[in-house]
Amino acid sequence: MSELAERAAALRKTETTGALGWRRPSYWPFIIPALVIVIGVIVFPWAFTIWMSLNEWKVGAPTTFVGLANYLRLPGDPRFVEAVWHTLLYTLLSVALPLIFGTFAACVFHARFPLRGFLRGLFIMPMMATPVAIALVWTMMFHPQLGVLNYLLSLIGVPPQLWIFHPATVIPSLVLVETWQWTPLVMLIVLGGLAAIPSEPYESAQIDGANGWQVFRFITFPLILPFLFIAAMVRTIDAVKSFDIIFAMTQGGPGTASETINLYLYSVAFAYYDIGYGSAIAVIFFVLIIVLAALLLYVRQRTQWTQLTREAPAEAVA
Amino acid sequence: MFDAKFSRRSMLAGTALAATGLPWPARAEPQWKKYAGTTIEANLIKGPRGELLQRHAAEFTELTGIKVNSEVIPEQQQRQKLVIELTSGRPSFDVAHISYHVQKRQFDKAGWLADLSGFMKDPNLTAPDLVESDFSAAGLQYAKNDKGEMRSLPWSVDYFILYYNKEIFQKKGVALPQTMEELAQAADTLTDAKAGTFGFVGRGLRNANMALWPCFYFNYGGEFLDAKGNLLTDGPEAIEAAKFYQRLLTKDAPPGVAGFNWMESMAAFTQGRAAMWIDGVGWAPPLEDPNASRVVGKVGYAVLPKGPKGAYSPTYGDGIGVAQASKNKEAAYLYCQWAVSKTMGARLLQIGGGVQFRNSILNDESVRSGVKMPREWLDSVIGSAKISKLGLPVVAPVAEFRDILGSALTATLSGADPATEMKKATDQYRPILERSEKA
Repeated sequence: MSELAERAAALRKTETTGALGWRRPSYWPFIIPALVIVIGVIVFPWAFTIWMSLNEWKVGAPTTFVGLANYLRLPGDPRFVEAVWHTLLYTLLSVALPLIFGTFAACVFHARFPLRGFLRGLFIMPMMATPVAIALVWTMMFHPQLGVLNYLLSLIGVPPQLWIFHPATVIPSLVLVETWQWTPLVMLIVLGGLAAIPSEPYESAQIDGANGWQVFRFITFPLILPFLFIAAMVRTIDAVKSFDIIFAMTQGGPGTASETINLYLYSVAFAYYDIGYGSAIAVIFFVLIIVLAALLLYVRQRTQWTQLTREAPAEAVA
Repeated sequence: MFDAKFSRRSMLAGTALAATGLPWPARAEPQWKKYAGTTIEANLIKGPRGELLQRHAAEFTELTGIKVNSEVIPEQQQRQKLVIELTSGRPSFDVAHISYHVQKRQFDKAGWLADLSGFMKDPNLTAPDLVESDFSAAGLQYAKNDKGEMRSLPWSVDYFILYYNKEIFQKKGVALPQTMEELAQAADTLTDAKAGTFGFVGRGLRNANMALWPCFYFNYGGEFLDAKGNLLTDGPEAIEAAKFYQRLLTKDAPPGVAGFNWMESMAAFTQGRAAMWIDGVGWAPPLEDPNASRVVGKVGYAVLPKGPKGAYSPTYGDGIGVAQASKNKEAAYLYCQWAVSKTMGARLLQIGGGVQFRNSILNDESVRSGVKMPREWLDSVIGSAKISKLGLPVVAPVAEFRDILGSALTATLSGADPATEMKKATDQYRPILERSEKA
């Protein structure tokens, strides 16, 4: 063996066994199981969805590659455009209302009063119920002639409403159900936040003579804000994907007045069997969810950064 | 009541009975036990038909020695499951229950079901009374493909009929309408919004309403497609029918009808809030059930009134067939034959769970006498069979047709112009149909 070859072999040996004669640890075999699962259940389905979205793929018919044609169909599809607006409106209301009512409920249940534990348990019961069962019960309650809601309204002299049976009131009515079910979740998250707030700021505020609203606005609210962002993010992702309640109550109707992207996607993929176009909608829908979640995270980060920069000079002075 | 236990003896008796009134020659009994020991899988729709087969499956096993594992799934999910599994080429079932009005064209194009024509001619496999001529024209139209092959056995048919509340009619002194115009006038007279009573109720919900609208469209002379397959749903007949639909459901129906499917419509009718309701024949049992209805004994049943251009009853139906990919085709065929047999058909009719496509069942007085529903109901069924017409176009994209045209009709209930909406919807659907027919 030449000297050069011997030096190369020695170098290789050093590289693989290390200077102390130990074999250099190799971790890669250990990540293989997790990697295979991630690729199998996350990466592959996504890659396959994207691939399907690039094809004219109808069940029972031959598949042909069409490039971006399915995506280019979307802006010209009035049902899709309408579904996007319905989704945004539904999401906005389904996030905002539970946040407001959930925060209020958390403040109420944070105070000490008799039977608090029992009432807290009672309050979170809607969250535990099955969405489809809830939907069926609410559908009966919303019935314009036979429903209990119009009967209750009649007791206080309010004329009967059409609730989910009219295009103008269907989304607010569905949001009412969503709010009823998910306000307890926000309440629980905010309650956790309230429990973590120290009592000193409240004592200072009391000494300074702050009223209830000022205490909430300048102490409670800023301190529970991170929890509200978490609740908002969870609710946004949940509301934008909402399917079961809408499907069971209105199937997107009357007409298409409550058809969200998710419902339209379901119709395209599983009623029309247009898998290619359905996949394109799924991809766009995923992008929308990512954008909404990223937007919330960005706002949260920015808020924290702004707070830090405000607080920094004060700390420097101190 | 025709309630014999299914056996070789009863099968022979049924055969002899049928043979006395009909002209086909008597044949030997099929070899029921030839495939004994085989196990087959059946995929059925949840409802009276699927459940009836499940309930009596032991009789089939006793007759043939074939074991049946049947799965009963709600309609929407069952349709999806069928399509997805058949597309895969390796379905988990041998027998498929199909909804003709939604799936016929799709199944014909894909060739998912086996050709049963040969089996039907084989005396070793088929009872003598099971012949094509015993099925109604609508049933054969549904079951046969373009080449005339029987790809399934027509099982149960659903005609649209008029349900009416006799008590409300009597109170107002209104006669049963014989024409569509009379129906609208009667609905006007019977509506008393202040008292919470309405002259008419029916499906307003998108997609579901495409089963009601043809009741008017056909009777105004409408056809879905012309001889060349061109769409006709924006023609003058379609617009007239849409105007009639709009008038009836905005002027004489309960508020919120735009969101009503059959369930909400039935609720209004069973509570005595609606004087007339047009829907499928299968709702008589709940209407006559004292635990579910306030109008028991007050319900009248009638064939649909005629329109300016004739009288038709939109017809929807189910079939039962054998998967092309099945390895137990003969055994599965025996099961299908048993499902549409006279014994099982009589049971279905007598409980009001459905109406068979087979004339020998409907025309048999011993079967009729065992029907638990009012005689008027049975008369409306027999009358509708004579004016039956397929309630949806035989095309592959039926769901899109129902959704798009159905949305247009629902929009008219909020005041949209019927002509504009029907034109817009037809223009929207036409390219979908063209794309589908080219594929």
